Order: sequence, then structure tokens, then C-alpha cells
Amino acid sequence: MALEQTDVEKIAHLARLHVSTEEATEVAKRISSILELIDEMQSIDTESVEPMAHSFDAIQRLRPDVVTEIDQREYLQKIAPSTQDGLYLVPKVIE
Amino acid sequence: MSDRTVAALSRSLAKGEFSSVELTQDYLSRIALHNKGLNAYITVTEELALAQAAQADALRAKGQHGPLTGIPIAHKDIFCIQDVRTTCGSKMLSNFIAPYNATVVERLNAAGTVTLGKTNMDEFAMGSSNETSFYGAVRNPWDSERVPGGSSGGSAAAVAADLCAIATGTDTGGSIRQPAAFCGVTGFKPSYGRISRWGMIAFASSLDQAGPISKSAEDAALMMNAMAGPDPRDSTCVDGAAPDYMATLNDPLKGLRIGVPRQHITKGLGAEVEKALQEALKVFESLGATVKEIDLPNNHLSVSAYYVIAPAEASANLSRFDGVRYGYRCDKPVNLEDMYKRSRSEGFGDEVKRRIMVGTYALSAGYYDAYYLKAQRIRRLIKQDFDAAFKEVDVIIGPTTPHTAFKIGEKSDDPVTMYLEDIYTIGVNLAGLPGISIPAGSTNESGKALPIGIQLVGSDFAEAKVLNIAHQFQLNTDWHKQTAEV
Repeated sequence: MALEQTDVEKIAHLARLHVSTEEATEVAKRISSILELIDEMQSIDTESVEPMAHSFDAIQRLRPDVVTEIDQREYLQKIAPSTQDGLYLVPKVIE
Repeated sequence: MSDRTVAALSRSLAKGEFSSVELTQDYLSRIALHNKGLNAYITVTEELALAQAAQADALRAKGQHGPLTGIPIAHKDIFCIQDVRTTCGSKMLSNFIAPYNATVVERLNAAGTVTLGKTNMDEFAMGSSNETSFYGAVRNPWDSERVPGGSSGGSAAAVAADLCAIATGTDTGGSIRQPAAFCGVTGFKPSYGRISRWGMIAFASSLDQAGPISKSAEDAALMMNAMAGPDPRDSTCVDGAAPDYMATLNDPLKGLRIGVPRQHITKGLGAEVEKALQEALKVFESLGATVKEIDLPNNHLSVSAYYVIAPAEASANLSRFDGVRYGYRCDKPVNLEDMYKRSRSEGFGDEVKRRIMVGTYALSAGYYDAYYLKAQRIRRLIKQDFDAAFKEVDVIIGPTTPHTAFKIGEKSDDPVTMYLEDIYTIGVNLAGLPGISIPAGSTNESGKALPIGIQLVGSDFAEAKVLNIAHQFQLNTDWHKQTAEV
């Protein structure tokens, strides 16, 4: 299916990407050609086929509920763009 | 030192012909000389390499060594190495100094390997040519106007040009096997779940798998022995110890049943590649194997199913890159949404953004059943085709790629044409099977020899069998010994 410029703007917002109006037409064209490739799979009937999420039927493994990691907050926050008092800083959310 | 396989280097180190420090210095000078032209490495870790080499020599002096002690290795820049920049080929992580080691790195360190550096790759492993890297395209050592393949193109080029003895790669839709084919080296993707994904930056979590890129199947087996096995930190990594991959390398191939998929021998396959495949099959027959045609009737749908599943999983995995905790943050964001959007738009390249948007669309309300569930149903059909084939044969052999390496820029304007080049490798990831690409021929393009690869695919967790078959082929052919002149 072919996407319109407005579809691209909607998808970009859902993905938290910025696509300018000038770019949107080109992006719509490119994504539409990928969707055209994908649509090949609509050609066969899969009604009776179970979806396969994973290559072997594994179930989530459980481990005892004990602490296994040590606190490395300072070390891990050294690579953060902005922190204060052990917290990550982002632009003001509430006025 | 003409034979620079890990096996040969390891023997020389054991005999004391040279030390690991000397070997490492030799590799570092080769990198200094040739990396500018090839762009195979994003980061060279000279200090770390020399320290690890000295440590390896010290261990060897004490008799505490294994086959990989002191062997110089390169890691794809998708594996976290503590205190080393780990970019994943992206501007998004251009300032990311990993705070921990990937399990793969940890295990190879413990086995005594020497880290020469981090290799170039398509951004977030999304690409088949290495042209999507923020750090520039890698050049194929056989012809600098051609791509090395991708996404593990830097690792394949580094092994082919002997800028390392062996390298790590990752394979989501062919990213180890296709560049190995294009660069004339051996590239092995183990079964999904055989090797821990901990510390390996995620692209499509139900498909991603690490593996070796090497100069021989024997080297791949040596490295697999160090890499494979359960890891409590990755719940999709299978329980149960991995076998000794060296132990069965020399099993005879008499009675081996080979299947060649009818669907791989079509008009889309280049004549030279088909010829190389037929020649390779004759070699296997001379070793006592039998060859028959088999069917993978749904293989043609693998690319379309993959381009739903992989982007869908990627759109979820890459949502973590939001400019908050690490990685790129845009300048002067006016509010939180602006920070998310501009950090991601400025930090990701075009191909990554395209795939995130395709995945977001496929998972969005109203489209989930038609795209994501449909693709998962196709995935099961593809798996069932392989299951049926493995009732009749022990291994499936076909081409790795339809053609040899293409020119830089030739396909970058049309993503869909590039996607279709992965037609023989993608199904193997969807089914979670082990697959190896080994050199099996060469073609001449305007005076330059270009390598051809063939792919061997095994049943679930039959890695040892696949390596055994590849090794026997390499004992009887010389294609893997051909080296690129750089």
C-alpha cells in the first residue's frame, strides 16, 4: 500500500522522529516501495498457520529472586548527557 | 608467516617462533598501513592490544595457555567492550564508552585473545553493503571500488586483508555470511540461542546471533569453543553446554546426504556463482556424499516476512536511544518531545530511520494482524520447509549470494534491490538455523578476481556438523587460501 505524506508524519511522530514536510514526500515514496515488497506475503493463505515468534519453542527461564547486581549508579551515569544528584536531567516537563 | 590462520599462528606461538607482543605489533603496523584505504576499523585499541598481548605471553610462559592465547582479534563495533568506544556504526553512539563487556568479549578475553580494535559496520547492523555506516563505507580488499558486504563488512574486510587473525560478527539476515562471501573468507552464523547476546547491541532480538569470521572453518571451530554456551544474562541463550567443535572436524563425509534447494537455482542466480556451486558439489561427491534436489517452497517469501519482523523488533529495540541516559543528545532542546525527536533524527541515519518507521507502521493499531502476525505465520511456513527438508538430507548447500560484490554506490539508491540480494541467507535466520559461508570460487571482473561463497545450512543446533563439512571441503580445496593483495 502506498503511503501519503500525512501517514509519514503520523508514523514519524509515533516513532519520535522528526521528518520535515520537504522530506516527507521522499520518505513516503521509499517506505511505500518497501511496503510493496512486504505485500508479496499477502499472496498466500496462512489462515490455518500458527504465528511463530521464536525459532524454538522456549519459555522464559526463571531465576531465584535474589540480588545479583551491585549498585554502579555513579559509574553508569558518567556517560549520561546530563545528571544531577544521581538523577537524569531532561528539559522541564511540568510548567 | 604465509599461513596466518589462527591454527597456524597458535602453533608458531607455542613453538616460540614469535611472541604475542611481536605478532600484535605486526598486526598494528599492518592496520596503520592499510586501514586508511580500507576503513575496516572504526577504533584501533593499540594500548589494550599490547597490554593483553604481554599478559598472554606471561601466561604462556607459565604454561597457562589455550589455542587462542595471544591471538589478535577484531570485534565488530556492535559488541560492548568496557571503557572502549562502542558506536554500532552510528552517530547516535559516537560518544558511547561502554561501561561493561559483552559476554562474547568476556569469554574471548578469558580465552586469551588480543583485541586489536572495533570494526566498521552498517549502522545498527542495518545494511548489506557497509555503506550505511556513519564512519564511511568499507572497501573490499579484492577491489577497492566494491563493497565488502554487510553488515559485518569491516570484520570480513579485516580478515580478508589480514588486519586481524580472526573477527567477531553478527548475523540477523545474512550479516556474517554475505560479507564473508564477498570478501573470500569463512563466516559462520550459529543456531539462534547458541551464543549469548548480552552486551551485543540489539537490532532484531528474535534473529540476532553472533559468530566468527575467519580464514578457515577450523579457526571458526576454535573460536566457537570459546564463544558458545549458556549465559544466565541472556534468557534466550540455550541451556546445556556446547559441544567441542574441534572434536568432530575430521569426521568423514561418506554417506552424507546433501540437499540443493531447487528454489535457489533460478534465473536470478549469476552464472559464475552457479558454476562454483556445481564444482563444489562435485568435491563433496568425490568425498562420498550424495546430492539431491530439495524444495524450500516458501523461501521467496522470506525477504518480505523479514522486512516486517526485523524492522518491527528494531523499532522497539531502538526506542531506548532517546538522548536521556547515554548517546547523542541534540543541542538546546525546547521541551522533552523536541529532545526525543531531534536527538533521534539527528543521531540516526536514513536507513535506520526508514526501518524504524516501517516497523512502527507494521506494529501500529489496525495493521498489526495484516503485517506482523502475517509475517510470523510465514515464518512458521519457512521453518516447516526446512524441517521437512532435514528429514531427507543432512545439510542444505546453495549459493550464499546471487552475485559477487557489487560496486560502492551501485545499489544504495534503491533499498529494495539491495534487500533482495539477501534471498538465500534470510530464511536461515527466520528458521534459527546454523549456516556458514565458505569460499568456493572466484570470478574475474575487469581484471580483478572476486571471491564467490557457498552456503552450508544445518538443522537446529547442528553447528558441529556444519563446521565438519566445511572443514572437509577446505582440506580438499584451496579457495579459502586465496588472499587479497592490499
